[in-house]
Amino acid sequence: MADFFNEIANMFSYSFMVRAIFIGGLVALCAALLGVILVLKRYSMIGDGLSHVSFGAMAIGLAFNQAPLYVAIPVVIVAAYLLLRVSENSKIKGDAAIGLISSSSIAIGIIVNTLSKGTNIDLNSYMFGSILAIGKDDSILCIVLGIIILVGFIYFYHYIFAITFDENFAKATGIKVEIYKTLLAVLTALTIVIGMRIMGTLLISSLIIFPAVTSMRLFKKFKSVLAASVVVAMISYFTGMTASYMLEIPSGASIVVCNLIIFIVAGITAKIKRG
Amino acid sequence: MSQLVCKNIVIAYEKENVVDDFSMEVEKGDYISVIGENGTGKSSLLKGILGIIPLKSGVVTFSDGVKRNNIGYLSQQNPMQMDFPASCYEVVLSGCLTRKGIVPWFSKSEKEKALKSMEKLGITELIHKSFSELSGGQRQRVLLARALCATDKIIFLDEPITGLDPIACRDFYNVIEKLNKEMGITIIMITHDVDNALKYSNKVLHMHKYKYFFGNKSDYLEKGKCTEECMCENHKKGGIK
Repeated sequence: MADFFNEIANMFSYSFMVRAIFIGGLVALCAALLGVILVLKRYSMIGDGLSHVSFGAMAIGLAFNQAPLYVAIPVVIVAAYLLLRVSENSKIKGDAAIGLISSSSIAIGIIVNTLSKGTNIDLNSYMFGSILAIGKDDSILCIVLGIIILVGFIYFYHYIFAITFDENFAKATGIKVEIYKTLLAVLTALTIVIGMRIMGTLLISSLIIFPAVTSMRLFKKFKSVLAASVVVAMISYFTGMTASYMLEIPSGASIVVCNLIIFIVAGITAKIKRG
Repeated sequence: MSQLVCKNIVIAYEKENVVDDFSMEVEKGDYISVIGENGTGKSSLLKGILGIIPLKSGVVTFSDGVKRNNIGYLSQQNPMQMDFPASCYEVVLSGCLTRKGIVPWFSKSEKEKALKSMEKLGITELIHKSFSELSGGQRQRVLLARALCATDKIIFLDEPITGLDPIACRDFYNVIEKLNKEMGITIIMITHDVDNALKYSNKVLHMHKYKYFFGNKSDYLEKGKCTEECMCENHKKGGIK
């Protein structure tokens, strides 16, 4: 047991670990809140699509020697806005649109990466995440963005609830639904961009979907679902990180598996409760 | 003085006009039943008036104290709402959103308004229940309570009794009548239930293809019930082209 605590203390002695744990925790928190909205609005795959766009944008940013985050943020915000719009009124259905955008972004990213010989990004770390990905310079930006997401979500909570529960009613009563949907798109985009460095392109959407779906199995009120989603996200994030450090396994994958275990336990609990 | 004036409204999907050259005036305290076959543009008309879908042309004017932000609306039942994790109180309170100030939380008076609306509709005991666990009738009452938070002037309803059992149906009509008679709220309700529509309302809007009838119930009973094909002077031209 003493060994275990020693290991944990050890883990926090590396500055990159502290950085990753803190920023990742912030991202997991934001994703858990936004995830409830996205899942209920049937938008959950948008997170997945956006992470692919983010991959493409970062590859292009690196090729032109720009800081990848500064390229990715505006691109992903635009993509989020477009995807949210496409999923309601368009000839291409939302899920098909996400498929098109995801694969195109990855394709463009990989071509750009191969052609630009000078830069040699580690594709593996972009795909599956790396706790080393966020450097000292990026960390301030990530923390500021994380706080913006949280404050935005809390400040506009009642509007976000109203457009999630019944968009038409909100529209009919004169609420500017488009503004709040755009806000939702921006917040989602920011969460994805910060989160995908740690979680990886392929795994970031789990932070959005798992906590929300797990908490909806157990709770039936909106505020309880949000609270439970945050708790689930925090537990699985920190357990996942610790497991990743101790067993020397990739952090993103380890967090997803923790989420999966909690999801299964919650599913069984809900079944038993209902009888 | 009229609360709502619609002038020459045209609503189109793609290139086809769903509602064509529609005009009506709604007086305070009216109880209008909107009837007609499927596909005659009833829902589209309502959505157009409420600004949920855009008008191709025409003007909608609310007056006599009614503004865009104090309108109540019950949309057609939305299957996505059936398993929505929210308590009834959370749903009702969301109707107060248009009167909320810039602070991110609801004030005491808004919370009281929500409780009073629930009281009026006799659903106070549902306050902590989840919306997803309600029966159809209870669900409609909760949505009506939300509409009451948004307005004390005019409520639009789109097929509110579809899927309700006969008892829940009767209760719902009684509630609507109470809102109309006792609180003076104007009611505009789309329904397929013609018998009850004619029983409770004072005006009828009958949408056909190519034409519509709008007028008092007595006029409607006398001369409004023409055949689908007739184009007599009791019917105005409009609807699907």
